[in-house]
Amino acid sequence: MLAKKEISSVELTQTFLDRIAKHNPAINAYIALDSDKTLAQASAADVRIANGTAEPLTGIPFAQKDIFCAKGWQTTCGSKMLANFIAPYDAHVITQFDNAGAVNLGKTNMDEFAMGSSNETSYFGGVKNPWDFDRVPGGSSGGSAAAVAARLCAAATGTDTGGSIRQPASLCGFTGLKPTYGLVSRYGMIAFASSLDQAGPMAKSAEDCALMMNVMTGFDDRDSTSLNRPKEDYTRGLSKITGEQPLKGLRIGLPKEYFADGLDANVAKVVQEAIVEYRKLGAEMVDISLPNSQLSIPVYYVLAPAEASSNLSRYDGVRYGHRAAEYDDLMDMYMKSRAEGFGAEVKRRILIGTYVLSAGYYDAYYLKAQQIRRLIAQDFTEAFKQCDVIMGPTAPSTAFKAGEKADDPVAMYLQDVYTIATNLAGLPGMSIPAGFSNGLPVGLQLMGNYFDEARMLDVAHAYQQVTDWHLAMPEGI
Amino acid sequence: MALNITDIKRIAHLARLEISEQEANQTLTKLTGILGLIEQMQAVDTTGITPMSHSQDVVQRLRADVVTATNQRETFQANAPTLGNGSTEKAVDSGLYLVPKVIE
Repeated sequence: MLAKKEISSVELTQTFLDRIAKHNPAINAYIALDSDKTLAQASAADVRIANGTAEPLTGIPFAQKDIFCAKGWQTTCGSKMLANFIAPYDAHVITQFDNAGAVNLGKTNMDEFAMGSSNETSYFGGVKNPWDFDRVPGGSSGGSAAAVAARLCAAATGTDTGGSIRQPASLCGFTGLKPTYGLVSRYGMIAFASSLDQAGPMAKSAEDCALMMNVMTGFDDRDSTSLNRPKEDYTRGLSKITGEQPLKGLRIGLPKEYFADGLDANVAKVVQEAIVEYRKLGAEMVDISLPNSQLSIPVYYVLAPAEASSNLSRYDGVRYGHRAAEYDDLMDMYMKSRAEGFGAEVKRRILIGTYVLSAGYYDAYYLKAQQIRRLIAQDFTEAFKQCDVIMGPTAPSTAFKAGEKADDPVAMYLQDVYTIATNLAGLPGMSIPAGFSNGLPVGLQLMGNYFDEARMLDVAHAYQQVTDWHLAMPEGI
Repeated sequence: MALNITDIKRIAHLARLEISEQEANQTLTKLTGILGLIEQMQAVDTTGITPMSHSQDVVQRLRADVVTATNQRETFQANAPTLGNGSTEKAVDSGLYLVPKVIE
């Protein structure tokens, strides 16, 4: 519960800043910090609290993924290309947190341009998983993930294009949610794959995520894909989760394709144990099939790079971002600035994207992928006729060691095998802590129908009332 | 679809990415691996399926054709890159951005 009455926001914020000063050098969760700005916001929050105009998040310190433009803050997207970029405006998400009176603790580390599943592609270095410093926190929201797990913030924002909120939530043992596409404005959120990107909360509990959803969602006419829907209170069902079997009548779909080859046996075991808990809570399990599941990865690795190659073409060294120190003519300036400013994984994805969109290949690759995308979305529509919520693992394994997959792009891409389909279909997805395997966190994934976040949060909350995986904290930090 | 070095160089040029011979070779190996992954799509019959670019049935919103943006040139030009080629000045002059000559 983000409620603090005994101390001031300034004191609370200072506590987090002190923890960050102590632990961030080792963990590397934060890229940008500015204690003057942060404490000024905390003071302003204390004024609101004193005069009775506080909202639920007023005075609460959050970490913001460095993909959100925040006016006056260094905003790098984890890249050399934007290493010296000071955002001249606020992303809609940042404005929403400001209006709610929340405090910005700083900008968190991330895979470069959100491309990665381990935070190893960041220009600013990797991030340590607070549960085991030899291991990755997941990605691309690795910095936010480590900050939440190591309690270097009350909660954080992340973005999820192929799993970048959920997979780190699973690897670092906390609750993360990717909303239905279109619920959270992408204005000021540096674009990777525009039809897939979506921002969401990363926090200790479903309840905290629900409070953050109330702030983060809402129509914004500056984002052409923002949906204009009546405002919802995502916490509305939480208090009704009471009694012995609060989930009686809930049908949980278990897709057989998510429990097959490629899933670590220990992860499978933890997920199965979570399912047993859900039966005790009154839910009924339904076997379902998502037949086109195995096509998610190829489809994603056509569509996302294609969209990225278009989005990243704006980085040309002309008006902002990295410009090469030496160049002959305009073409040379473009080619060198981009080659120097982007890291290897980003360049790889731009090249794939350029290839699949190029003349002669568009039909065979991009169009084909868009068609299969519809088939994948249809699988879910069919499945949701038989169940209310779908469950399965979030990631195929627990946190892997730094460097283990860095040389093998395909092995890295397979980390997203269970999360990608929800991005392709535009559906909401969550990961909640469900236990441990060899001391490392394991996440349970929940997938819901369009706009069903409130129910998913209730379902997660029910589990968090009878288990305490979400309260576990790494030792020594 | 097997790629070769010429393909890599052509794509790199389209993407305006300078690439060395060594990088091109490394990229060829990695990209061939990734393309192998996406080949799986070809086995699927998608005849008659409408491509999907967006999950919700929405249309592009329109707005009145009036000026809403304000002039923030100075703010934006604070982020202008360094000119380079020996100069440490910002690549701006008289409110314009400086780039190499395009038209001869």
